[in-house]
Order: sequence, then structure tokens, then C-alpha cells
Amino acid sequence: MTDLRPGTAERTGKNSRATPPPRRRLGSFLGRVDTKWSPYLFVAPFFVIFGIFGLFPLVYTAWVSLHQWSMGGSGTFIGFENYVELFDDPDFWNATINTLGMLVLATVPQLLIALVLASLLNQGLRKLTFLRVGVLLPIVTSVAAIGIVFSQIYDRDAGMVNGMLGLIGVDAVDWRADKWSSWIAISTMVNWRWTGYNALIYLAAMQSVPRDLYEAAIVDGASRIRQFWNITVPMIRPAIIFTVIISTIAGMQLFTEPLIFGQGSYAISGGSLRQFQTLSMYMFEKAFRDFDYGYGSAVAWMIFVLIMLLALINFLIMRKGK
Amino acid sequence: MPVRVRRTLLATALAGALAATSACGGEAEDSAEPGKTTLVVKTFSQFGYEQLFAEYEASHPDIAIEEENIGKLGDYLPKLQQWIATGEGAGDVVALEEGILSQFMANPQHFVNLLDHGAAELESNFLDWKWQQALTPDGGRLVGLGTDIGAQGMCYRTDLFAAAGLPTDREAVGELWPTWKDYLATGKRFLGADTGAHFFDSSNGIYQNILMQQGDHTYYDTSNNLVIDSNPAVRTAWGMTIDMIESGLSANIEPWSPQWNSGFKNGTFATIPCPSWMLGTIEKQSGPENADKWDVARVPGDGAVRGGSFLAVPTQSEHKVEAAELVKFLTSPEGQIEAFESKNNFPSSPQAIDDPAVRDFTNDYFNNAPVGKIFGESAKAIQPVYLGPDNNPIGDRVSNALVAVEQGKLGPDEAWAKAVEDAKRLVN
Repeated sequence: MTDLRPGTAERTGKNSRATPPPRRRLGSFLGRVDTKWSPYLFVAPFFVIFGIFGLFPLVYTAWVSLHQWSMGGSGTFIGFENYVELFDDPDFWNATINTLGMLVLATVPQLLIALVLASLLNQGLRKLTFLRVGVLLPIVTSVAAIGIVFSQIYDRDAGMVNGMLGLIGVDAVDWRADKWSSWIAISTMVNWRWTGYNALIYLAAMQSVPRDLYEAAIVDGASRIRQFWNITVPMIRPAIIFTVIISTIAGMQLFTEPLIFGQGSYAISGGSLRQFQTLSMYMFEKAFRDFDYGYGSAVAWMIFVLIMLLALINFLIMRKGK
Repeated sequence: MPVRVRRTLLATALAGALAATSACGGEAEDSAEPGKTTLVVKTFSQFGYEQLFAEYEASHPDIAIEEENIGKLGDYLPKLQQWIATGEGAGDVVALEEGILSQFMANPQHFVNLLDHGAAELESNFLDWKWQQALTPDGGRLVGLGTDIGAQGMCYRTDLFAAAGLPTDREAVGELWPTWKDYLATGKRFLGADTGAHFFDSSNGIYQNILMQQGDHTYYDTSNNLVIDSNPAVRTAWGMTIDMIESGLSANIEPWSPQWNSGFKNGTFATIPCPSWMLGTIEKQSGPENADKWDVARVPGDGAVRGGSFLAVPTQSEHKVEAAELVKFLTSPEGQIEAFESKNNFPSSPQAIDDPAVRDFTNDYFNNAPVGKIFGESAKAIQPVYLGPDNNPIGDRVSNALVAVEQGKLGPDEAWAKAVEDAKRLVN
């Protein structure tokens, strides 16, 4: 019986601190290690993967951008010469303006329409599931398919848009020939694809807005539009910040839509006079068409810096608004 | 984020890491078949080599051949860049398209000098200009041996020609345009008949054609100095193309766009300069309903080619001797004839071009046009042209400037100034 006593004592927990058995001490050590380090282990896969696929390429790209790095592999170190050249490069600035222009044309209407759409979906319509699936569909459509279909809609000779313009007596537009027309065409593709996605995020956020706020507003005689601006929008602010930042990042990386819209063997230039060449396209052109990897990497890093800047500006504006 | 560069650099890095870990087991790939040397051949699109590989393996019991094919040239090129840049992955034989070759000619050290492997005595097996293209300007290094060429004719729609009151017989059509000036005059006649169609698809192909016929060199001289603004050949080709645009001959349709594809079907243009490999595209896009409406005549000027490839052995290959032997076999006149029979890749060897299998070849979709004869004459007539390292990127910029003129966005002089400035900025 005596040899059972430590066990009993342990179970009561009273004497265990005074005379901990050696076996248990190891156990509690492991337990401490467990509570202290397990969480890190659980989140480690993300950081390991990020380190390999995110951080390393980032640093490596920076390294390459400091070199004259062409076909023959690692080239001569030239410091910031690529960046100096970049600041003097009209094609780079042209691509920056195009990217920012299409970013505004694509993001602003997209988020506004998504907000309105979400608040409509939030009204408790019947057949809601059907409608929700409806707004989701464009996201699962492949970008390439969207690009091809819209390219035909905006075709100069046989396109639907020019056909409809013809009906109201407007001359056919060569959509690829001008900045404004190509920007509109490309922005439509982006808007079409992402509006539903953002609407769903807003809808989810709206569903957590307390109903009594609206009831109180109705009692106070606030119109639906007033309710929308004074209750819905402020209450889902975090969701809006999220979508603005995500859309900005996506907009800065715009690549496939303009590339497919461009057509032809040298589509990477985004039109005969680079009317709609984005920064990612310019990066790709320099690295893989002109084989100037160092310069391409410098463009890549400038995209990164621009995204950081824009995200920061977004964040500051949003926080100030609060 | 710069996903693509990231991905590429990552792939490069991983390839490097793999190379480091597998360095000690370099012979591992051969262990699959003991006693055999495995040669890895990298190709794009279709080279039609299956039969040739089987033959070669049968006559060389110690050799096994593995072909790794990438469908599109556009996807193949960046990968090839990586293999060469990292010194790993290029295999033993690589296919180099004409434009790629000219970019690699500035760094010929990445490829085995085939002259060291007895290629010198094969010179007569290749059209002179094809041989010259892969030879360094000092004549000391031969980077690759020619496979096929994009020998060219002028495809035209007989129904549109008939509607415009022009002859439709291919001999008579060829006589309409001994020179590009005559082609322009014919185009004006065609437009005068008001069939609703344009005379050609886009200025791009026309410009390339005229430029390559001017001979010797284009944007670079043979010492790799940029001479775009001083070389009269470039100026001539540009000027003639502008004349054609200003006469309204061009349908202003980008090649390889959906519009271009439907243009074949709807007959929106009456002629198109067509390399041999394009006949399949025209047939596919025009569809069976337009059978017998297309025919092939000679191209204006003295012959023309566009595209065509070479085979080379990268210096990173571990079996240089065996690989060089395989290249010599595949590019031999017999090898080229077999590839032609398999995939219609037009040979670059005069012996193969004169072989009945090629010479008497007719295409029934194009009114049984004797394409073997037409393309053969075109290929033999052309003079060697030296293409400098950035020939392709500069060509892209020049043709974009031409498109801007077609779109009415730039005047010819502005467009020319822009093309020259872009080229200079690119090279610096």
C-alpha cells in the first residue's frame, strides 16, 4: 500500500510540489516546452514557406537588380545604376501612369458597386443563395477566358461595343489605339471579375451589423440612403479597408488582362505606343524579351515599393477618417 | 508583387540548389539503362524527329535519346534562358530558333563549337546564308547546324483576285509582282476594284520581308554596332512599307489575333506573305468552306524566309561528342527530308530541297500549288543577312512604330524617329 501513496498525494496535488517524483519533473518540463513552443511550431509552416517563396526571392531580386545581369548569368555589380536609369526611363513612367490610371478606373467603381450590391443582397431578398452564387461566378472564371471574351467584345471591326455604338450613330472606336479607350476596356474586365468578390466580403460584414441600429434609425425617420452612409458604411469599415488594400495590390500587379487584350506577337508592349502597358508587363518585357534581368528586377522592386507606399497611404486615410 | 520574376528567380535558385545536391551523383541519369548514354534533346513546337530518333537508337546501341518538348516557342525561350544562365538543365541538344540564335551569338561560349567536331566539311549541306547565321563574324565558332527554314511565298485569295479583275493563275499572279513596287501597284489596282477587302493583313510581315531581302545586315553591322539609322536597307524597307500603308493596302490586323484568324475565314485581306510553316495555320483558320480559294505565288523581290531553327550543343552537356554526332545526323539532308515529310518543316539543305520528296510536294488545300518548288526557289534566291544580338527586340519596336502609323497615331516621320530612339535606348 505504501508505494501507492506518492501517487495519491499527487492526485490530490497537495504534496506534489514538495516532493515531485523525477518522472513527473520531466513530464512537466515537456509540458512547459509544449505550451511555450508548440504555437510557434504550428505557425512555423507559414513562415518557412514565406521565407522560401516570399522573402528569399524578394532579397534575391534586390541583389539581381544591383547587377548588369543578362543572358550569361551573374553579371557585373553596378550598384544602383539600374535604378538611376529607371528614373530616367520614359517607358517606366508611362507604365506607372497606366497602372495607376487603370487602378483608379478599376478599383473605385468596383468597390462602390460592390457596396451597393452587398446592401441590396443584405435586404433579405428571396432566392438569395442563387444571387450570392451569381456574384461569385465571375471570380471562378479563368482570367484568360475573360480576357479573350472581352477582347472580342471590344474588337474594332466586329466587336459588340462598337456594334452598339453604331446603333446610336457613334463611329467605331479602335479600342487598342488610345489610352483612354484601352484603359476603359481593361478596367471593365477587372471590374466584372472582382465586384462580386468584394460584394460578398461586404455582405458578410454587413450581416454582423446589429439590426437594432437600423430599427432606431427608422424610428428616427432616416432614409435608406442615410442609413447606408451613416450606419452600414462606418460599421463595416474594417472590411472596406481590407478590400481597398487588396484591390490596390491586385491592381498594381495587373498583367493578364492587358496582355490578352493586346493580342498579336508583341502584346507585351501593351499597344503600339504602350498605351496600356502596366508595370508588371514592363518588368516582364525587360527581363524576358530584352533579357535584361537586372533591369527587370529593378522594375520589380519599384512595384514592391509602390505597393507599400499605396498601402500606407490607404491605411493613413482610412485611419484618419475614423 | 513581382510574381513572375520571383517565380523565375526561385526556380533558378532551386535548380541551383538541386544541382549542388546532385553534383556528386552526376551520372545518376545514365543508370536507368546501364552502359547507355542518354542524350536529352530539348525542342519546341514540332520538329518531327520521332522516327529519326528511333533510327538513330537502332544504329547506335549505346545511345538512348530522350526528347523534352515544349509546345510554344514563347514558353520555351525563358526556360532556355534559365538553363543557359544557371548552367544546368539544358540537356545535350537544344533547338534554337533563328531569332534566339541571333541573341545567343553575342555569347557563343555557351555552346560547343561544332567546327571542333568536324562540322566544317558539312558546309555544302546547308544554304550559304543558313550556315553563316550560326557562324561567328570571325568565322571561328559554329554555334549550331540548320534544321528548317521559313521559306516564303505569297498566299493569295483567288476569289478576291477574280472579283477585282486580276489574274488568278499562280504563274500569272507571280508575274504581277517581280518587285515590291509592282506589288504596291497591283494593290492599288485591287483597291480600285472595290471588293471591300484590303490587300494584305498588316504591315509587319511585308516590312520583315522587304528588309530581309535587302541583304547583308539589318539593325547591326557585322561588328555589332547599331546602324539602324544609317543602314539604307532599313530605310528602304521602312519607306516602302509606309508607301503601302499610306495607299490604304493594309487591313491593320495584328497577326495572331482573333481578328486575324477570322480574317482568313471572311476574306478581309487578299494576300499574305506566307512562310511554309504558315500554310497549316491558313488552312486551319480558313476552314474547309474556303478550300481552293487560297493559292501560293512567288514572293516579290528575290526570295524570302522568316523563321527557321538550328540545333546546338550547350557546353554544359556531359556528352558533347555524342551530342554533336546526333546533331550532325538530325541536320543531314536525309534527316531534314524526313522531318519535312513528318511535319512539313522546310529543309535548309540544298540537297534536301532538290530531293523529289520535297521538290514535287504539292499542297491540295492551296489548289495543289507546287509549294515544294515555290519555297525551294525562294529559299535559294535569298542572300545571307547578319542579325545582331538585339535584333528581335529592335524589330519589335520598329513594327510597333509601323502599327502606330497604321492606327493613325503617329506620322511616318515621328514614328521613324521614335523607332530609332527606342532602339538606341535599348542598346545603351
